[in-house]
Amino acid sequence: MTSVMTRRPVLLTIAALALSTALATPSFADTTTLSFLIDNAPSTVAWANQLKTDFEAANPDIKIEIEQRPGGADGDNLIKTKLATGDMDDVFNYNSGSLFQQINPVQNLVDLSNEPWQANVLPSFKQVVTATDGTVRGAPFGAAMGGGILYNIPIYKKLGLSVPKTWDDFMANNAKIKAAGDVPVIQTFGDTWTSQLFVLSDYFNVQAADPSFAADYTANKAKYATTPAAMAGFQHQADVLKAGYLNDDYAAAKFEDGVKDVATGKGAQYPMLTFAISTIQTLAPDNLKDVGFFATPGTDASKNGVTVWEPAGLYIPASNKDHLDAAKKFVAFVASKPGCDSLNKAGGGTGPYLIKGCTLPADVPPAVSDLQSYFQSGDTNAPALEFLSPVKGPSLEQITVAVGSGITSPADGAAQYDDDVKKQAQQLGLPGW
Amino acid sequence: MAAVTESAVSTPPSAEVRRTPSPYPNWFYLPAAIVFTVFYLFPTIASLFFSLTRWNFQSATFIGLANFVQFFHEQNLYQGLINTLIYGVMTSGLKVVLGLLLGMLLTSQIIARGYLRSVVFFPVLVSTVGVGITFTAMMHPTEGVINTTLAMFGIHGPGWLTDPHLALISVALVDVWKGVGLATVIYMAGLVSIPQDYYEAAAIDGATGWDRFWNITLPLVMPATTTVVILSLIGGLRSFDLIWAMTKGGPGFTSDVIASVIYKQYQAGFYGLSTAGNVVLFVVVSIIIVPLSWFLNRRQVEA
Repeated sequence: MTSVMTRRPVLLTIAALALSTALATPSFADTTTLSFLIDNAPSTVAWANQLKTDFEAANPDIKIEIEQRPGGADGDNLIKTKLATGDMDDVFNYNSGSLFQQINPVQNLVDLSNEPWQANVLPSFKQVVTATDGTVRGAPFGAAMGGGILYNIPIYKKLGLSVPKTWDDFMANNAKIKAAGDVPVIQTFGDTWTSQLFVLSDYFNVQAADPSFAADYTANKAKYATTPAAMAGFQHQADVLKAGYLNDDYAAAKFEDGVKDVATGKGAQYPMLTFAISTIQTLAPDNLKDVGFFATPGTDASKNGVTVWEPAGLYIPASNKDHLDAAKKFVAFVASKPGCDSLNKAGGGTGPYLIKGCTLPADVPPAVSDLQSYFQSGDTNAPALEFLSPVKGPSLEQITVAVGSGITSPADGAAQYDDDVKKQAQQLGLPGW
Repeated sequence: MAAVTESAVSTPPSAEVRRTPSPYPNWFYLPAAIVFTVFYLFPTIASLFFSLTRWNFQSATFIGLANFVQFFHEQNLYQGLINTLIYGVMTSGLKVVLGLLLGMLLTSQIIARGYLRSVVFFPVLVSTVGVGITFTAMMHPTEGVINTTLAMFGIHGPGWLTDPHLALISVALVDVWKGVGLATVIYMAGLVSIPQDYYEAAAIDGATGWDRFWNITLPLVMPATTTVVILSLIGGLRSFDLIWAMTKGGPGFTSDVIASVIYKQYQAGFYGLSTAGNVVLFVVVSIIIVPLSWFLNRRQVEA
């Protein structure tokens, strides 16, 4: 009995101590710490670090703690699980467009429609972070991107090649590059998401041939397998493989290998999004001026334009109750001119910004000025399908790897993707599926 | 005390099967029963329910058997099923053969036996994902240590994990390397429990080494074989971590197994569909393991 008696006060003291520290902590802390979840692409990490430095300098009472997550399907999974379990960081970045619709924004994200900075955000971006109830739930994180082909300028100069306007020109260039002993096309299936670019960046050509494709596709009327223009992307992937134009290690190489290879001339062309220019700046800064960009060529030289990706969004999860004000301050900073300047410093100025008043630095790399040239007129750029339709199948990256490695025929691949898309549409509860 | 008398009364003395009275009062079972209900029984029933819905963690719509229909239409499911069987049978078979051979070697009078025994067991202790990442680097088609070594002998090594015909087999071999230690340990226990008298009697009768292996060791080590087969087959059929760490089911869908197909549905946010997949996996594993276990145990009694 005595031992129990003596033990109890000890326990009480411990409990009291724990309680008092718990109560006292807020009064000690003058600073709020925001956790900020980003994908682990080297460019994103560089941008986030620069934003953190500049934001903390302007707001000494807020500290940012950066947490990294994988990209691609693993990242999708992590984001969805964190949101569903209420375990999301205070602020996070994630795709806009169809992937944004898949994370159930009405329930999971804080409504940012009435934030004052929204006045400066361009409508084209607002549209891709607008939830089904019409509210805007995100801020642009980075610049708009082009999807197309990054190419090595020294190889093009050496062989006297010009930028191809049609797929046939592109293949003719490839033949010359191969004849000269260089690798014409780089593929990096070690990071499966990179395999999708031939298909996804072909969308400008799809909509040029079939303007109602996006609407019909969302309504379950148009299919990849039965629309010749949409099939072309899968066909292209098989063509470059069949002709032997790929790098030896295409099946195992990773995104960063591809970026380095096109920058250093180990390969001539790499189908990719232009955010990779920022990665070149990190991985091969000396070769930044050696890389140019052109739109994925289609069938008609007179209709040549680039497929545009809206930047990822910055979101605040609904589970963030304690640091909401600080999180909003940070988002407001990123969506302002100082935020863009911060991105420019970190090499993030790789395309047009979606915020009024934001400008690119004066001396942009050649690939960025190549991209900008497509924005000078309205009919040489078009948004990617994932910004026009909420339907995007999760298995495209595996299917394009299979087509691009010759395991599946392009026709089968397109048909498989149509099946894949159906599941997504049903999960979203879209009418007509 | 009340609980004890109650249970004593509730068991009629005329029960057909003679049951020995429980040595514990009923409340003694309560903690285990609560744990079992909350963490096992409830999730099992809940998963059966959710496999019939389309849900996103926050809301669920009842859709009947549509998930199962969809799951069986999954283009890579058929391939995944075949791959699962290949993987399960191959890893389990190799573990039996190699485990028995290594077990015999390591129970014989060799030098540094204790050290060698632990060396065989070390891979079992290493993290599966770590092993997967290491072997992925070693199996890289152009820069991996395996192919660069082969190149020194003038052999052009294949893309171990990138060749669609090889990827699954490469992963299975790594699985065997990692798991054979456990099979070896089980076999060693089985081998040392065989009485020496049999071998002595056989030697007097003039039996050859092969006779002794075939007629004494193999039948008497059967309990160990049963354990190894069941354990490694269950492990192989639901294997996921190593495959995911090494190929993620790729290239394309060529090394997908049921578990990775299920995981991809989960990853894509098709929670109802992936739950249905888990129910299917449960049924498949049961269909294979229950009769096999019955068969092996029966043979064991006969032996």
